[in-house]
Amino acid sequence: MSRNLILGAVLSSLVLLAALISFVWTPYDYAALNIPDKLQSPNTQHWFGTDHFGRDMFSMIMVGARTSIAVALVAVGIGMALGVPLGLTAAARKGSWLDEVIMRGNDLVFAFPSLVIAILITAVFGAGAINAIIAIGIFNIPVFARITRGAALSLWEREFILAARVSGKGAARISAEHILPNVANLLIVQGTIQFSLGILAEAGLSYVGLGAQPPTPSWGRMLADAQTMVSFAPHLALIPGLAIIVTVLGLNLLGDGLRDWLDPRIRVARA
Amino acid sequence: MNLLQIDDLSLSIHGSDILKQISLSIEPGEIVAVTGESGSGKSMTALAVMQLLPHGAVAEGTIRLEGQDLLNRPEDEMCALRGASIGMVFQEPMTALNPVKTVGDQVMETILVHKAMPRAQARERAQEVLRRVGLPADRFPLSRFPHELSGGQRQRVVIAMAIALRPKLLIADEPTTALDVTTQAQILDLLKGLVREFGMGLLMITHDLAVVADMADQIVVMRHGEVVESGATNHLLRNMQHPYTRMLFEASGHQVTLPASVKPHPLLEVTNVVRDYRQPRKRLFEAPGHYRAVNNVSFTLNRGERLGLVGESGCGKSTLTRAILGLEDVQGGDIRLDGQPVFSGHSPDLAVRRKMQVVFQDPYGSFNPRHRVARLITEPFHLLETPPTGSGRQDRIAEMLSAVGLSPDDAGKYIHEFSGGQRQRIAIARALIIRPELILFDEAVSALDVSVRAQILDLLAELCAAYDLTYLFISHDLSVVRTITDRVMVMQAGQIVEQGATEQVFSEPRHPYTRTLIEAAPTLPDIGENVA
Amino acid sequence: MLRYALKRLISLLVSLAVASAVIFAVIEVAPGDPASFMLGVNAQEDTLAALRAELGLDVSKVQRYFDWVGGMLAGDFGTSYTYRTPVSQMISDRLWVSLPLALYALTLSTLIAFPAGIYAAARRGKAGDLTVMGATQLGIAVPNFWFAMMLVLVFAINLRWFNAGGFAGWDKGFWTGLHSLTLPAIALALPQAAILARVMRSSLLDILGEDFMRTARAKGLSRRQALWRHGVRNALIPVLTIIGLQFSFLLAGSIIIEQVFYLPGLGRLVFQAISARDLIVVESVVMLLVFAVITVNFLVDLAYAAVDPRLRSRT
Repeated sequence: MSRNLILGAVLSSLVLLAALISFVWTPYDYAALNIPDKLQSPNTQHWFGTDHFGRDMFSMIMVGARTSIAVALVAVGIGMALGVPLGLTAAARKGSWLDEVIMRGNDLVFAFPSLVIAILITAVFGAGAINAIIAIGIFNIPVFARITRGAALSLWEREFILAARVSGKGAARISAEHILPNVANLLIVQGTIQFSLGILAEAGLSYVGLGAQPPTPSWGRMLADAQTMVSFAPHLALIPGLAIIVTVLGLNLLGDGLRDWLDPRIRVARA
Repeated sequence: MNLLQIDDLSLSIHGSDILKQISLSIEPGEIVAVTGESGSGKSMTALAVMQLLPHGAVAEGTIRLEGQDLLNRPEDEMCALRGASIGMVFQEPMTALNPVKTVGDQVMETILVHKAMPRAQARERAQEVLRRVGLPADRFPLSRFPHELSGGQRQRVVIAMAIALRPKLLIADEPTTALDVTTQAQILDLLKGLVREFGMGLLMITHDLAVVADMADQIVVMRHGEVVESGATNHLLRNMQHPYTRMLFEASGHQVTLPASVKPHPLLEVTNVVRDYRQPRKRLFEAPGHYRAVNNVSFTLNRGERLGLVGESGCGKSTLTRAILGLEDVQGGDIRLDGQPVFSGHSPDLAVRRKMQVVFQDPYGSFNPRHRVARLITEPFHLLETPPTGSGRQDRIAEMLSAVGLSPDDAGKYIHEFSGGQRQRIAIARALIIRPELILFDEAVSALDVSVRAQILDLLAELCAAYDLTYLFISHDLSVVRTITDRVMVMQAGQIVEQGATEQVFSEPRHPYTRTLIEAAPTLPDIGENVA
Repeated sequence: MLRYALKRLISLLVSLAVASAVIFAVIEVAPGDPASFMLGVNAQEDTLAALRAELGLDVSKVQRYFDWVGGMLAGDFGTSYTYRTPVSQMISDRLWVSLPLALYALTLSTLIAFPAGIYAAARRGKAGDLTVMGATQLGIAVPNFWFAMMLVLVFAINLRWFNAGGFAGWDKGFWTGLHSLTLPAIALALPQAAILARVMRSSLLDILGEDFMRTARAKGLSRRQALWRHGVRNALIPVLTIIGLQFSFLLAGSIIIEQVFYLPGLGRLVFQAISARDLIVVESVVMLLVFAVITVNFLVDLAYAAVDPRLRSRT
């Protein structure tokens, strides 16, 4: 267990815990306006201060964690659920038209950064958290497809796969029985990295108004609200930013630590 | 004064002892071979002379080049020596060259980095040494990239780099291990010629006793980081003192006695098989070319027969193996096992497949690292209509593990707990567990140390007696095929050029290629009764 | 080489064709008729029909797709539903902000990342490496728009070295224009540089373990000479892939960063267009972004071949 792994696990679980607790308890009602107490700096009453409507920042950060985690988690889930089977199929049928179609499709999706997908969806259906999930999720599909295919291809060359084929096992069965368990570590690590990228992407989308809509608090929109007040109330911008950094840093450290712990040889794509 | 003098060299890496009190010496114009199995520390000895040891290595003792100590030389002085006074050739020619630089640049770099001569002259020298190693500039211009050369040609480039400045000492670490036997013979001749011509000392590291037997002036035998025996080659081979040396010698030429095979009845029939691979188009609107890996191959393997297939890399023997296993379709001809075709499209014909199993070369890649031995060796049960369950399954596992010389308790272990030789035993158990009619051994002992290889060959001979095995033994190693088969086929460029009874083919080869192969294969001298 | 380039070019054209069809199809799904949206619910049927004809909406969908693509090839992106001005004019004005910003950031990111990555790899495990790696770990975690706000707070509001926002325009001189893009470019570049430096380092470390690096040392090259002469160029191959991918992130990122600095770039244009439901503008901007990404990746493929001779002769 490396320092990375422990620090990463601690930071990530801290944020996860905050998100979970927010379902049952927050110091204040995150939506309650309290104009007289507006723009307070962090103090004993309001640990993270209050915003321009006098809402408690600590409560908003807790509920915002919920939004971020939910969006990123579902997006990674979409990416894995569709990307991994596509990657396994492409590898099992290497060189066939199916492989070609899957890989060309991947390349095509890579040409649409998630922000662009979000813009398209919003232009058609209007803004909302679901758009953010779909946009980030779609972008995650080729990431997982590509990394699964790459790892699976080298496994297909290995002799234990040939031995399984000699034992009469078909491609689907070999993929499930031999390939998937041997790429699982890689997928866990990549999943952690994509999770952290998802948090960043969600923040960016809600900052420009393409993510979760009011009154649902989200870290990105808290930053957008803070922008005009940054000169006289810098804590409004500092605190949500630090929340994002702590979460992403924690997840990245967790990913790196997991990789070293599970298998130091696996490589993770990071872009 | 000796050219190279190593005295009491000890080496530890991160606290674990790699070398213990090694001593050896080389005179100018002399070839000294250091030999031993994996883990003997022979390569580390070479790297210690170059002072290119891995991080965390601590060396004691002395290494002297012409009386000058190397062990405590500052790094910049070592840089000046490397390439100029000591040249080195490595094992893997495929990866030893920088893929993005031309061979000319890489040979010239040796000269230029030592500022030995101006650029134009360095270019001439590079051309000259490349010609000397057999790559004349009119056929192999300096502008070639490594990927445009074969393995043997690349090794020649590596040698050219090493000798460009006429070093006094050349170190060759397994220089021919990755090469085919005919290429190996050429490279060994080249090295011998260079030593004679330039009066260099050659420190040759090899695991193959046969390679050094007819080349080295001195032999140093190492085991577990210690020199167990050393001396002049002829004297040492005739008066082996240490039991390990004797064992190594015996194992290198290990012979087994196969039980008589039963009377002929065709099991595997291969008729006029052709296997083509599509090649990428050379021009945009040209029809894609084809590469014929297997060309009109026919043979019959009888029940109870032990058939060998020998050939060098790229001759098509692996392709043929895959076709026989029914993993790939063929473009012409017919492969039948017990009368049934082996290939049946995407859905394998279990009835045919269950008559055939395979043992591969790589003891490390042959098993799913996430499964236990019991699950690994029972994988072929998938082929059976009614696979044994419960205690029947347990009994079969225990029986097979015992048959290959392991313990039934090993069933619960993971593969990483076993050595290379043990893994090959497990691979044999997996192949044997459904009692197939035919087993393919695809270079099954090629990755093993000679002593382990001898044990596996003994095991095969035992299993032949116990289970009436029929097998096809595919290998590039002539000495192994000679002892483990009844009949042999020689393959070259996709075709079988000669086949016949093993002993007859080896003693009276008819095809010129077979003769070339047999002559190129290094052999141990016949020293008669001295070896058990 | 030519064959390789030609093959990549064909693949580029196919990607563009498919991408344009996808974008067009998605926009087609949008509910509502632009003409009635523009004229309001009380518009007369014949006025609507006239407007539809003017906007080119009165023909079949397939016809409209080919009109759109054909127009774009001729530099005509159609007419904005809201402003009734040529979209190409609107886009080209904004492009002169967004494209220089992305290129500026890409340059900065590369200039920072290469030395940092090479330095860290050369000092693997030592204090210098750990410092660089720690900094990049943090750099990856920082959202660029937040970093931008902090830069504004420090360098514009407190130190007053830069303007907090807005774009001076290129007509006031190249350096003036560059100056107003500097803070946005830094905000975009640093997080990307962190990623690139890590890729550079790990790619170089992989190369350092290769056999040919040992060969180079056996020839008498010092550790440093071997690193520069044999390591860096081989390490570039995976790094180029990341640079290609980064361009699309920088372009997308510039859309967000423009919001922080109130820059009149493509980002501002597209968000205005979304709120005005000016779908033809959205469609064209998205197509332009995708075109840029695909083209850059095509250039990266060509760069591969320049670095790696194996690609030149194969395929």
